[in-house]
Amino acid sequence: MTTPHITVTNLTMAYGDFVLQRDLNFTIEHGDIFIIMGGSGCGKSTLLKHLIGLQRPAKGDVFYERQDFWRASDEERVRIMRRIGVLYQSGALFSSLTLAENIALPLGEFTDMNAHEIADIVSYKLALVGLAGFEDYYPSELSGGMQKRAGLARAMALDPEILFFDEPSAGLDPVSARLLDDLIVSLRDTLGTTIVVVTHELASIFAIGSNSVFLDPDTKTMLATGSPKKLLAESSDAKIIQFLTRGESDANKSV
Amino acid sequence: MNTAGTASGQVSFIPVDESTVAMKLSGSWSNAASIRPVEQVLTELSAFKNLKLVLLQAHDLAGWDSRLPAYVLKIIDYCQTRHIEVDASGLPEGIQALLKLARAVPERAGARRTTQQKSTLAEIGKTVMNGLKDAKGLLAFIGETLLAFATLIRGKARFRSVDLFLCIQDAGPSALPIVTLISLLVGLILAFVGAVQLAMFGAQIYIADLVGLGTVREMGALMTAVIMSGRTGAAYAAQLGTMNVNSEIDALKTMGISPMEFLVLPRMLALILMMPLLCLYADLMGMLGGALVTVSAFDVSLIQYYNETQKAVDLTDFSIGLFKSLVFAVLIATAGCMRGMQCGRSASAVGDAATAAVVNSIVYIVVADSVITLICDRLGI
Repeated sequence: MTTPHITVTNLTMAYGDFVLQRDLNFTIEHGDIFIIMGGSGCGKSTLLKHLIGLQRPAKGDVFYERQDFWRASDEERVRIMRRIGVLYQSGALFSSLTLAENIALPLGEFTDMNAHEIADIVSYKLALVGLAGFEDYYPSELSGGMQKRAGLARAMALDPEILFFDEPSAGLDPVSARLLDDLIVSLRDTLGTTIVVVTHELASIFAIGSNSVFLDPDTKTMLATGSPKKLLAESSDAKIIQFLTRGESDANKSV
Repeated sequence: MNTAGTASGQVSFIPVDESTVAMKLSGSWSNAASIRPVEQVLTELSAFKNLKLVLLQAHDLAGWDSRLPAYVLKIIDYCQTRHIEVDASGLPEGIQALLKLARAVPERAGARRTTQQKSTLAEIGKTVMNGLKDAKGLLAFIGETLLAFATLIRGKARFRSVDLFLCIQDAGPSALPIVTLISLLVGLILAFVGAVQLAMFGAQIYIADLVGLGTVREMGALMTAVIMSGRTGAAYAAQLGTMNVNSEIDALKTMGISPMEFLVLPRMLALILMMPLLCLYADLMGMLGGALVTVSAFDVSLIQYYNETQKAVDLTDFSIGLFKSLVFAVLIATAGCMRGMQCGRSASAVGDAATAAVVNSIVYIVVADSVITLICDRLGI
């Protein structure tokens, strides 16, 4: 067996005294589309923050392959972080820069490419997300869905090994959400990128997820990990079934 | 009681048997109607002893909105705590459905925030803890800033030179009009204040000394600093705060770019480079203002004024003013950037950050000014 891409062991997340989730253990394999799911307020986004280096765990470890992410030196951690791309819920584009400048920023900072090469890459990445020709627009001139796609183009700028998505379909119409899902799958298939998605969009979960973890706000820990389809078929936990069926199984069971 | 003629909702009790009472709701229950306070009705209800069942009935309602379900909900809550059953089947179906919906998710235990009377000691403790937290945040920010400057000196700091020039443009040339206006007027005021006294002794010529020294040693630097804290310090806090709200700072971090280098350094550098220049300009404008008053109203020629100023003000005085403005620049940039970086994630937090940046920098400026003036006085310069 190869080493998993990300391994989480005994992770406890807390804000001050308030424990959000405890004893999380799961692995994300190379090429997985990994779903972090659970009801509102269970700590999905906070778990993402622990994985991308924005919040230090109260306890436990996150490994990138064999490297301990939070025990590594600051320089080491920054080096790991450079291999990941993150699409934030709002897109988080730099509002004072144009789309081209947004995407060129990491390229200019971390590669030796000249301005001409960078411009080519920027056009290519924008074309990938369906925004060809929008180089000179400012983020505020775009719709929410376009901002999100531009954010994805920036996240992909350095060809990351792992892409993180925070609620990618939030605020998108069903068709755009579907297109984004397709884009995620084709990124995995063509580039072999490992993908981690925080979502509670059932359609997406079943359409793209190959592995997942289910967080529960009541017991403050994970209830299960594995492929969403398999969880639906095999899990005996009422909460998971209820979540994965929009609560409709309650009606079936009572009949 | 209700005045006759206004549309009103009525509540009446009809005892059915020993343990049952029917509650009749009738009339209009809209927002405009006048209705007896629910507390009054509950008190009446508590007068029934051995009550086991309340029948809610509303067969001749004239109209209702949210007011009626809210009222009924209060009654149901009251009955539940006293183990009295409520039969709501006499209410219109719409209201029954709404009541069911309101009851579908029970109140989460511990969700309701109760305001407790805190002891004075606890309040004092909390204030002290908050103060300590603030002080810790300030220390951490200063430390990170110093590290960023160390990286800058080693030539490894990552920021775009375009950003630096934009910040310089914003903190320098764009501030000239307001600095001109304010320092000219302050020079004028100084001249007038001094002139009234000095003219009594026929010593109008010394207005030049007063204005020159006052502006160069003190007012030039101070007024520029106050303007810049309101203009640029607040802008820094608001810009960085908004970037924080929009996750832009998170995005920088996950890109492996230090926000301290990328965002804070160019802003601090711009202000530190521009403030002494602005201060020098404000000094000249202040003296010009003084000259305007003196020459036009107090029978002193421009040449005399110029000569007297040159005698009164020497390079040491200019250096003190410039040194002060440099210190003020650091303080304003620190307060502005720190409040922005520590900003919470809401629109109101951005406003708070901008306010705190201005208030902090003005306090820092005045305290630092007093300290420097005191030191200069002791050293005799």
